[in-house]
Order: sequence, then C-alpha cells, then structure tokens
Amino acid sequence: MNFSLSRATLIAEADLVGIAGERAVCDRRGVLYFPDLRLLAVSDLHLEKGSSFARRGALIPPYDTGATLLRLQAVIADYQPRIVVSLGDSFHDGGGAERMHSSFRGQLQAMMAGRDWFWVAGNHDPEAPADLPGETVRELAIGSLLFRHEPSKTRVEGEISGHLHPCARIVQRGRSVRRRCFAGDGGRMIMPAFGAYTGSLNVLDRAYAGLFRLETLVAYMLGTERIFAISGSMLRPG
Amino acid sequence: MAPSWNTPHPSRRCAPIHLLPQGEKGKRSPFVPIFLGERAPSRYLLRVTEQPRLAEQNAAVLLPEPFVKWFGEKGWSPRVHQLELLTKAQSGQSVLLIAPTGAGKTLAGFLPSLTELANRSRRKPGQAHRGIHTLYISPLKALAVDIERNLGKPVEEIGLPVTIETRTGDTPSHKRQRQKLAPPDILLTTPEQLALLIASNDAKRFFEDLRYVVLDELHSLVTSKRGHLLALGLARLRAFVPDLQTIGLSATVAEPDELRRWLVSQASPGAMSELIVVTGGAKPDISILDSEERVPWAGHSARYATPEIYREIKRHKTTLLFVNTRSQAELLFQELWRVNEDTLPIALHHGSLDVAQRRRVEKAMGENALRAIVATSTLDLGIDWGDVDLVVHVGAPKGASRLAQRIGRANHRMDEPSKAILIPANRFEVLECRAALDANYLGAQDTPPLVNGGLDVLAQHVLGCACGAPFHADALFDEVRTAAPYTSLDRPTFDRVIDFVATGGYALRNYERYARIRQTKEGLWRVSNPAVAQQYRLNVGTIIEVPALNVRYVQAGSRGAASRGGRVLGKIEEAFLETLTHGDTFMFAGKILRFEGIRENECFVSNAPGSDAKVPYYGGGKFPLSTYLAEQVRAMLDDPQRWRKLPEQVADWLRFQADKSVLPKRDDLLIETFPRGNRYYLVAYPFEGRLAHQTLGMLLTRRLDRAGAKPVGFVATDYSLAIWSLADMGWMFKNRKPSLATLFDQDMLGDDLEAWFADSWLLKRTFRNCALISGLIEKRHPGKEKSGRQVTISTDLIYDVLRSHEPDHILLQATRTDAATGLLDVSRLAEMLSRIHGRIMHKNLEQISPLAVPIMLEIGKMPVNGEADETLLMDAATLVEEAMGPEMTD
Repeated sequence: MNFSLSRATLIAEADLVGIAGERAVCDRRGVLYFPDLRLLAVSDLHLEKGSSFARRGALIPPYDTGATLLRLQAVIADYQPRIVVSLGDSFHDGGGAERMHSSFRGQLQAMMAGRDWFWVAGNHDPEAPADLPGETVRELAIGSLLFRHEPSKTRVEGEISGHLHPCARIVQRGRSVRRRCFAGDGGRMIMPAFGAYTGSLNVLDRAYAGLFRLETLVAYMLGTERIFAISGSMLRPG
Repeated sequence: MAPSWNTPHPSRRCAPIHLLPQGEKGKRSPFVPIFLGERAPSRYLLRVTEQPRLAEQNAAVLLPEPFVKWFGEKGWSPRVHQLELLTKAQSGQSVLLIAPTGAGKTLAGFLPSLTELANRSRRKPGQAHRGIHTLYISPLKALAVDIERNLGKPVEEIGLPVTIETRTGDTPSHKRQRQKLAPPDILLTTPEQLALLIASNDAKRFFEDLRYVVLDELHSLVTSKRGHLLALGLARLRAFVPDLQTIGLSATVAEPDELRRWLVSQASPGAMSELIVVTGGAKPDISILDSEERVPWAGHSARYATPEIYREIKRHKTTLLFVNTRSQAELLFQELWRVNEDTLPIALHHGSLDVAQRRRVEKAMGENALRAIVATSTLDLGIDWGDVDLVVHVGAPKGASRLAQRIGRANHRMDEPSKAILIPANRFEVLECRAALDANYLGAQDTPPLVNGGLDVLAQHVLGCACGAPFHADALFDEVRTAAPYTSLDRPTFDRVIDFVATGGYALRNYERYARIRQTKEGLWRVSNPAVAQQYRLNVGTIIEVPALNVRYVQAGSRGAASRGGRVLGKIEEAFLETLTHGDTFMFAGKILRFEGIRENECFVSNAPGSDAKVPYYGGGKFPLSTYLAEQVRAMLDDPQRWRKLPEQVADWLRFQADKSVLPKRDDLLIETFPRGNRYYLVAYPFEGRLAHQTLGMLLTRRLDRAGAKPVGFVATDYSLAIWSLADMGWMFKNRKPSLATLFDQDMLGDDLEAWFADSWLLKRTFRNCALISGLIEKRHPGKEKSGRQVTISTDLIYDVLRSHEPDHILLQATRTDAATGLLDVSRLAEMLSRIHGRIMHKNLEQISPLAVPIMLEIGKMPVNGEADETLLMDAATLVEEAMGPEMTD
C-alpha cells in the first residue's frame, strides 16, 4: 500500500469507469471515487458487527470497527473528498452506533469533520445513527447519479447501490479465485461491501437476476495491487 | 441393473451380480465373539495359551463359575493375557493391553467388568437404578455397534444379568433420556458423547457408580484432538470417582509408556498404568510386487500393476486392497473393473461415499460375498471382517506401524501368518516399500509422538464443565493437569483460556456484559444463562468437516427441477467441485461422472458417456512419510549392498544416478541444480514428507526471491522438492551469492516463517478449526446448519482482523502451535535443518539427473496452492483485454 501518492497519480493509475456518463474510479480498496464531484462512496460498512454477534453469544474479536475505520481513514486521506456517501448498512444493527467504543466514535467524527457526510438508510440501520453528525437520507441524487442502498428492481441509469455484497469467481488453470468486486454494466453499479466482517455473494447468484445487461456486465475484482476487470462471460457461479 | 453396491459403467457391465450368494447361510454368524475366530480349531487355542494347564487353574481362581462353564462348553480356554489383565484389574490397577489384531483384546478389556457384574447382587424392585458400571469408548460409532453385538452373545450365553447399550450421535433422544434415568451397566460410546454427558447437570450422579473405562483403539485416539478432549473427560471422571480404573486396548506403538501415562492421573507426575504386551503371532508374509512391467518414474496410480493385482485377486478368496487416498481408490477400482473379465464381485469403500452404500459394502464383506474390496483408511480400525486372506497395499505405506496395522486386517487370527503384497506406484515408493518391509520384519514402530493438548480443546472442555456444574478455577486447573496431554500447562495460560471462554479474552475489554461464564461471589464460575449450555451441546466435539456437497445423480444434460430425486452417491469437497465446469468428467463412487452443475448444497452429476475422467483429483497423500521410514530410505540410497533386494530396474536407476550425479550420504542433503528449457532448476532431496517440503518450498522461494534468483514456482513430493527460477541458481550457489548454507540456515524459521504465516491459507484453515473447536464460532445453530462456505469466509475475515489487532491472542497462539505440528510440519523441518547443518552436498549439473526425473514429472500436474491468485486474475484480465480490446476495461 502506498498512501503517499498524490490524488492525481492515484486517479491516473487506477481504473476509470463510466457510469451513466460520470467518470469514476473503482479503487481496489473497495470505494468508488468521482473526481469531478469530489465524492467518495462506500457501502456496507457494517460497523459493530462483532459486538452484534457478541450480544448473541459469539464472542468474535471486537476489532472489526477499528479495522474498518482505519481502512476508511486511509482512502479518505488519499482522496480528500468533499462529499462522502455511506451507502447503507453502515452499522450492523440499530444499536450499533450507541455501542461503539468512544475511541472509535472519535476517530469517525474526525473523518467526518469538514465534509458533507450522508448516511443512506439501509435495511440493517433504517434510522439515523445515534450521536453522530451527518445527514441520514433514504436515497440521494447528485447530477446523473442516484445513490441508494438496495438496487432497484427496474433498471435505473446511474444508480449506485450496495446491499448485495458482490463477489466474483474465476477459474484459471484448474484453480478457483474468488474476490469481492464492483459489478457494473455501464448503466448501474453495485458496490462491494467494505466492512471487515462482511461476507459476499456471487454476482451470478439468483439475487442479482435482472439487474444487469449481461452482455456488458463487468466484475471489477479487488486485487492486492490493482483492480481486475473481468467480463461477465468469464465468471463462474458458486 | 447394477447391483446394490458399486459397479462402474453399469451400461457396459450388465451382468447381474448377486450380492448374497444363495446357500451360504450360517457360514458366519454375526454373533461370533470377536476374541476367537469361529473356525479356529481348539488345538490352536491351546497353542496360544502357552501354559494351558496353569491358565485353566488360574481361570478357575479368577473367573466366576458360569464363565468357566461357558468356556468349557465352547471348548475354549481363556488366554494368558486375558487372565493377567483380570488379575491386575482385580487388584485395583489400570492396565494397558498391547496386542495384535485377533488376540482377544476386547474380551480381555471387558472381563474385569463382566466378572464383577456377574457377582453383583441383583437390583431389587423399587431399589434406585444404579449408575453406569463400565464405559467403553471407541473412535468409531460403528465399532461401538459392533461390540454391542459381539459382547451381547456371550453375556446372553453365560446368562449374565448385564445390560449393554450404545450411545452415539445416532441414538434417538427418547433412548438417551431413558439411559439417563435407567442407565445400562455397560455403555458403549464415543469421545464426543462422553463430553456431552459430562456437560449435563446430572453428570456426577450419572457416573457415581462408574468402575471401569475401557478405551478401544487407544493408539489411534490419542494422536488427535479427540484424544485431548477424551483425556480431559477422563480427568473429570476421575474427579467424580477417584478410584476409577482404566483399561486401554491398543495396537503396537513406538512408545507404550506415553499411553501408560495417558491412562492414569498425572497428579503424581509420570505415573503409569500396568502394561501387558502380547507379542504377535506369526510373522506376516509380505512381499513387494516384482512387476514384469516397467515401474513408472512418478505418479500414484500403480496402473501398471493392475493385471498383476487382478491375478492375485483371482488366486485368493478375499482380498483387501488398501490405498492412501480416495482418488487412488477410485482409480484402482476403475482399473480393476476394466480387466475384470470374470466379473468378480469387487467393491469400493471410502469415507466420502454415501453411508448406506458403505453399509451395504460392509455387510457384503462380512457375509463373504465379495472377492475384493478397495478401501482407504476408513477400514483401518478394528472392525471385524470376513475371511480376508490377502492384503494388497497399493502405494507406499508411509509408516511402518501403519503398514503393520493394515496387514493385521488379513486373517483376523494372530497366529496364522498374514499375507500381504506391496505395490509401489513409482520408483521412490519401491525404496519406501522396501524400507517399510524391512521395518516390519524388524518390528520397528514409528507411530507419531504425542503432542501437548490443544488450547482450543481445553476451552471447549472448560465451557463444558461450567455447563455441568459451577467450578472453581483452582480445582479445575489441578484436575486438568492430571490429564497427560496437559501436564505442562501453566497457570497463566489456563487463566487466559478461562478468560477466553468468559469474554473472548481480548485486550479491548468490550464484551464483559456478554460474558458466557461469570464468577459468583463465592468465586465459582458458572454459565450466565441456559442458552449458553444449549449452544455448547450443539457444538461439542473436535471433528471438523471439510465443506462438502452432496453428489446427486441426474439424467445427462438435465439441470432443472425435473432432475431432482436421483440417488445421492456421497459427498465431495467444495474446493474440488469449484474448479469444475459443466461437462467436465471425473471419478467418484466407482463411476465416471459428468459434472452437470451445482444447486444450493448439491452437486448434480450424470453418467459420463466415455470411460476417461478428464479432471484429475489430487487429494494429496494424507499421511506424511514417517521420519523413521525417511531415514531408512536415505540409508538405503547410501548403501549399494542393499540395492540387491530391489527390483533390477530400480537398482539400475540408482546406479545411473551415481554415474550422472551423486547419491546423498545417509545424513546429508543433496541439492542438484541444472538448466532446462529457459528455466533453472533446484532439486533438493530431504525425504521429510510432503508437508515439510511444502513449507520448505514456501520459505526457500521467499529467500531466493530476495537473493535475486527470480523463483517462479515449486513443487513438493514426499521425497523431494523442486524450485524453478529465471536466474541461474547453480551459478549463484557456486559463487556463494548466497551460499547454500546461508540459504538453508535455520533462521528461515524465524522472520520468514512469521511473515509467511501472515497470509497463508494454511494458517487460515487451521484457525478455522481452532475457532470452531474452541467455541469462538458455532458449528451449528439450533434448527439451521451453517454452510461450510459461510463459516470459511467469516473465519478468514476474523483471522485477518485478529491478527492485525491482537497477534498474541490465545487463539492465534493455538493456531500457530497446531500449524507447526500439523499442516506445515514445521517441527520436522526444524529437525531437518539442524541435521543437515554443514552437510549440504551441491551438485551443479548440465542436465536433469535420474533422481530428479520423478519430481520433474510432477510439475504442471499438481496444482500449487494458494500463493499466486493475483497471477491468475491477471491472466484472466489480460485475456479479456486481448479478446475485447482495452476499452472494455475502461
């Protein structure tokens, strides 16, 4: 990872994609950046998923919120966006914001300071997070783009959504590689889940039926150094 | 119609095979006592009991009258070791009985209980039910069921007032409840069921009358985490019943004292049970197939020997064919049926097959309806079989003790020589078979040494104890340390385990309010709510299943709902199925199958039209080459005198090697370097087993990369390791840039290992097991089972987060310890590096040497796991770019 790169270099090196005419960067760390709007979108943070499980008796490590915020901090530091849109399921449950450790809350507030911050309501967190700034919205339209948590059943050009946690799988030389991915067909884009404990669902699963024009579907799979754009025809289910 | 067990190509081989030959009834009753072969003539029994008269006198003294009478009626007499064990048990001792198969171990194990129960006064009506008298624990459910049958017969014939019942995962809940209220005298069960019984709140009452614990197949139980759980369970039982006696039954092992300590409380460190060793009957008659065919350089199929194997099957009554992996079993089964012109009943048996299918094969085997059975280790343990008169071992046995145990399967009677033939699949295996054969004659043993108890298992046990009754940490610590695997456990570690069970044990103390166990004012730890105990019961045990899918038969080409309802053939690992595409063919359940697709938890397959499986499956050798055999192989290479015992073609191969390159000295490590194509190769011959070699390969490539050798890949077998690179490694080593001594320095097990640990998929897999066993995450929810994939993903993510935030967390500590002994075999690698220090022999060659041929043939055949995913993605992305032009990726 190289955090010292200037924004200009980052964008030049990263994969630029077009969504309904807007230029966007699919960052390999799982965020989408619109340079012309200076807008950063991130989806499915699922903060406090660990403590949500702990409430029910599975004492999984309580470091997911810290890990997720640290990664978010890094991309924000790199892009210095004017607007941040968190595309829903920002917290794993309604009580998440309340349970958050004070040090994490401080970290999050520092990130939010000095920019417009939108919490798009998700199915896990339909209400505004407790004691945090930022504006909670059902959906958000900016320019030709529409930000919402769940992808609409009907096709909406320029829709950016999350919720499904897309991943893609390829098989090469008898080996299977599965990665989180952005899934787009030039018209709409479904973002990968960003949270440290979030699982993923193959873009060829039935849950995605009818969402994409299959002939132009591309999975932007997240690599450790870069994004790999893989056309839909090469993807495998499962 | 295909017969009810398995035949390949039903379309080609239509001849019906009757599973149960008519008129064979009563040939072997299922109620034959396991301790004495039914058809064993009485003179044979007298021969085994070395001093028959003395034994009879002793018997009269030790055995209650009805037993003596029963033996007399049968024309049998008890064996010396059976009476010896009885004497020791009656004097209050715990005993380890080591005896070969067929020596009457089981009766010996139960005699103390049966004689005691025979003398016990009958329970009067209205009197309270007595608790369990004897607990019998075996590693296999099937074994428990077998024993119930085989023990029931003499109990009935002698007329003993003894109740015997099994309790396994299959026991219906109403029966379990009844067992709690009215316990049988003898309960036959598994380690997992014992853990469950201990975690119930009436455990103390249930076990208060317990006298004996009989542990069957102890040698196989103690080497795994199941053994750790069982050892902790025994410690608990001893806390309930301080004068409890244990009786361990075991095959021959390298270190009997380890097992003797295991059987008794280690409150006084080093305490040992009594020991009775029955030295084993006649020497087995083992030979190595001296094939007329050419023994291949590499591979594991032993296909070359099929006609010769088939000839042996025809010559014998019943042949048991052992292989090391499931894929070898499938392949051999196919090959045998290809040449099976007489349509002999040949069956297949391995752990992935559907249970019903396995039972059918076992039944047919017991009824002597089969002429041959191809099997993997599922048949290793002591289930009684029909009349096996030949064991064929295909592929190298990997360990001398394993070979001895497998050969013991033939001729379930200890004083008739077992007959076995070893079939090496390649040339190195010829050496290994020869070494194993020499070892078997010498009586050498190389069962693995026991390891310290796992902390994940301890965590499970601690929670189980709390579910049973509140405990005091001091008392439980003392109790745990009486279990042999945990004698060296220190108090701080134990306290961390308690902390882990309570709140996860994280430095960020965030979960106090969600604690699973809490301390009362009196300092006792108790479960915080009943749901915790309920969850515990669903997650008990240490057996973690690899995520697998059901394989279901459908019509060729059908993929939809119409295809449902076909037969389930068994289960295959998800990881293998994921690499298949619609239409790919592979071998499973003795058939060549066509992959139709995956739907939810099922994989659909149809009969493949052709007879060739396209996709090979490498399950890899499950058993690493034992250290002992490895040493023997190295010794043999170094001693041309011993080559005379080898087949001529193999001896020639070694002579060529001596000529073209060099043969390593017994304690040296030979490294060859040579160019080939546009690559440079390094081949090392440590003979330390595939796991250790794989770890060595990972570490060496890191180092070579730093040294500028530009390594591209590597492949590891049980015998050697090959690494290929773009730079000339031979030149680099000659000019000491770096020297081989530096490259193989032991410090590679420091930082390099640690760095590699960071993202190794092997570590993640190990962590998943530890997380499941320790109860960090659940195996099952009430009502709904998590699929393997969901668990895998979440544990991988948890691993990443935990590793970066609290790298010294107790669960990561447990994971590293496990990995070091298990999947990575680091301990063995460390021993090797220290052995070869200053003893590396470098041979820089112009071209490939004879010894290097086998591993060079493996290149490209074996997938190299885990490390180069990015390259594959790159290839896929590049393909798109090439095909569609760069604009598509924009």
